[in-house]
Amino acid sequence: MSAPEPRSRVPRNRTSGERDAARPREAAEREIDSERDHHRESRSGTAFRAGVRDFLARNAPEPLGELEPAEQLRAAKRFQAAAYDAGLIGITWPAEYGGQGLTAAEQQDYDEEAAHYDLPGSPFMVGMGMCGPTLLDLGSHEQKARYVPPLLRGDEIWCQLFSEPGAGSDVASLQTRAVRDGDSWVINGQKVWTSGAQFSDFGALLARTDPDVPKHRGITMFIVDMRSPGVTVRPLRDMTGRAPFNEVYFDDVRIPADAVIGEVGGGWLAAVTMLGHERVSIGGSVRRGGDPLAYDNLVELARARDRAGDPVVRDRLAGIYARERALALFNTKLRQEAEAGSPPGARGSVAKLAGAELLWQAVETAGLIAGPALTSWEDGDAAAEEMAIAINATPASSIAGGSNQVQRNIIGERILGLPKEPQVDRDVPFRELKVGTQRRP
Amino acid sequence: MQLVLDQEQQELRSSVRKFLAEHAPPQRVRELADGDGHDAELWRRLSTELGLTGLVVPEELGGSGAGHVERAVVLEELGRALAPVPFLATAVLATDVLLGIDDAAARADLLPAMASGELIAAVAWDQESVPAATKRDGAWVLDGRAQRVVSGDIADVVLVQAKTGQGTGWFRLRGEHAAKTPLRTLDPTRRLTNLDFAAAPAELLSSPDPDAVRSRVRDLAAVALSAEQLGGMAKVLEMTAEYAKVRVQFGRAIGSYQGVKHRLADMHSALEQAGAAVRYAAWTADVDPQELPLAAALVQVLVSPANFQAAADAVQLHGGIGYTWEHDAHLYYKRAKTSELLLGTPDQNRARLADLLQI
Ligand SMILES: Cc1cc2nc3c(=O)[nH]c(=O)nc-3n(C[C@H](O)[C@H](O)[C@H](O)COP(=O)(O)OP(=O)(O)OC[C@H]3O[C@@H](n4cnc5c(N)ncnc54)[C@H](O)[C@@H]3O)c2cc1C
Repeated sequence: MSAPEPRSRVPRNRTSGERDAARPREAAEREIDSERDHHRESRSGTAFRAGVRDFLARNAPEPLGELEPAEQLRAAKRFQAAAYDAGLIGITWPAEYGGQGLTAAEQQDYDEEAAHYDLPGSPFMVGMGMCGPTLLDLGSHEQKARYVPPLLRGDEIWCQLFSEPGAGSDVASLQTRAVRDGDSWVINGQKVWTSGAQFSDFGALLARTDPDVPKHRGITMFIVDMRSPGVTVRPLRDMTGRAPFNEVYFDDVRIPADAVIGEVGGGWLAAVTMLGHERVSIGGSVRRGGDPLAYDNLVELARARDRAGDPVVRDRLAGIYARERALALFNTKLRQEAEAGSPPGARGSVAKLAGAELLWQAVETAGLIAGPALTSWEDGDAAAEEMAIAINATPASSIAGGSNQVQRNIIGERILGLPKEPQVDRDVPFRELKVGTQRRP
Repeated sequence: MQLVLDQEQQELRSSVRKFLAEHAPPQRVRELADGDGHDAELWRRLSTELGLTGLVVPEELGGSGAGHVERAVVLEELGRALAPVPFLATAVLATDVLLGIDDAAARADLLPAMASGELIAAVAWDQESVPAATKRDGAWVLDGRAQRVVSGDIADVVLVQAKTGQGTGWFRLRGEHAAKTPLRTLDPTRRLTNLDFAAAPAELLSSPDPDAVRSRVRDLAAVALSAEQLGGMAKVLEMTAEYAKVRVQFGRAIGSYQGVKHRLADMHSALEQAGAAVRYAAWTADVDPQELPLAAALVQVLVSPANFQAAADAVQLHGGIGYTWEHDAHLYYKRAKTSELLLGTPDQNRARLADLLQI
């Protein structure tokens, strides 16, 4: 999943609405203007938007950066539940499974209003962005009815159990085993870099159910209760010093037969489905809220350091603004296309890649603006601290959710139709493969 | 905001694409590039058969009363084909000047003839060298030089922003009253001409705020040119991806090497983002005029350099054949560089965006 979002305490308060208001209106444009307002109103429903605005004004918590992790999680869950109860979570999700059954226009309204706040969404990202949509695509009616509503409300948190020490980019090389035993499956193996496992209730687990067929064909996806006996979660520190992800060990963990998502042996399809949702959700979520590396905050930084007048700084800031807008527009376009009936497919990789690259540009610009002052600060300078965390967290977005190289392969092969890399292991039974640097099953 | 094309707009796109594939194939573009660079027959058919020349002209003035989204769609196709027609000069710049000023008589006089393809109009508005307008014996005359006028060589009518005693004004004059010096050009498919005026008889067009007209025309031109660039970019990506599938070196198609594949993936990623921005800017021109300056600056910052990068990568990934005169890659390369600079350099565009953002 995505990089843990660094949080800034600088509120994003310069809205485009305010910019509009500051501009003198040409008399001649008034007519067209009211037509536009009408146009907007009829498409997106100002009543809904007003409701969102009102809800956020009342309920959006202060940024949680200062709180202890456990307290942050409690506050995030409180907000999620309140927003859900107000009808603002799962806006486009089917009403049958606890969503609101509305359209992309309402989602857009919500997103635009929410962008003015630094909302605590990260604990729910894997569930909302990846596991939930995959359940909707492939889950049984019972699974959807049981798991989707509490997932949306934030009552139950999900994680994604794909990566292993020997299988990262090459997910299909995974070695965690699931063996059928009567009415249960018995799981043994190890996952790694599992974001949020420390507070998750459920996980979407990929495990090998048949080592005698080629690697892509012998995998199954399961729902696993993270509180099951035999599940051990050990925190892993990342390069920012925090521990948002984990190693997860499975020792004879028993899960029921009806925990399979999709078909037994159909786990690769399920994985590809989830990875598709993952790219779209990561790509779509990059650079929102209070990221210190977001354009608005870099402008603040430039002003605070008296560097906004420097032509080179202005040049870079304009470039960042342009890329940030381009990415946002592209995401909107993908959403509109999806609503018109053509799902994004592999094109989510474009957003994912563009988002990761944008962050690197922002890191460079932050350095240009602040110079050596970026390297050190006095204890208690929260803004500087958050910037440092953001800089140290930047590599995450080029690795997590499929590295930049892997995204480029996907774009090249699945969108542009270029020939695949030669593959040595496609048709060999998994049992005969040498995988990663690990033992054989 | 609406970033996807509706059914009708998609149909417009495919009919223009089909038409250009038939009537402006690469051989034809090359022939004309070696000649006078203008396909009068193609222009006539685009105007009369497809009605594209007057796309944004109101119906009562002989146009089809469509919007900038439609015009952007057409420009994409023209850019993809490098079609040798004066669309940018006549259907964009001159049309936008006439729609922007306050002169109903001039509009009624010129726009129907422009929309029907009979009249080619060009705009002289370069701010580096601005001709001077003076009144002699009760009539206006222009003196001075207008530089690098797009389609200036074939213009029947030229619209000129000139200095007057009080600021500037928009003038019209007949093409034959300017001395035309066609320039050698970096891009053989886009002709640029210096126009010299020596007491050239001109007519003042009624326009309360000539500079405001210029700004709006400039913004709309940025949107239009970006759309054209997007088309060129899409074409070079397609061409190069196709080539990467069939060209074999070291026993494999070159597209299976990551050094090639990843560059094409980056090209695709830039194209997708540029595409979303062009749709947004064109939509803004139709629906959200207050946001137009910002959207125009945004789209230029994004598209111009990306288009050139794509065109340059296309040459690179084709190897020696791409550097060959007979190959089309260089035509797109030259057009991309010209378009990148036509309305201001990338750093000027970013500075303009920064101004608008009040950084
Ligand atoms: C912050 C963070 C959160 C994460 N959260 C989760 C999670 O919640 N659940 C989960 O299952 N996983 C998670 N991951 C794991 C993540 O999906 C993997 O780290 C990622 O897919 C890369 O795999 P790897 O680390 O094994 O690197 P490797 O696959 O070993 O790659 C090493 C290097 O080789 C390159 N490489 C690999 N294959 C190719 C190729 N074919 N062509 C070119 N270059 C290649 C890579 O780009 C990379 O640069 C997370 C990772 C991070 C950093």
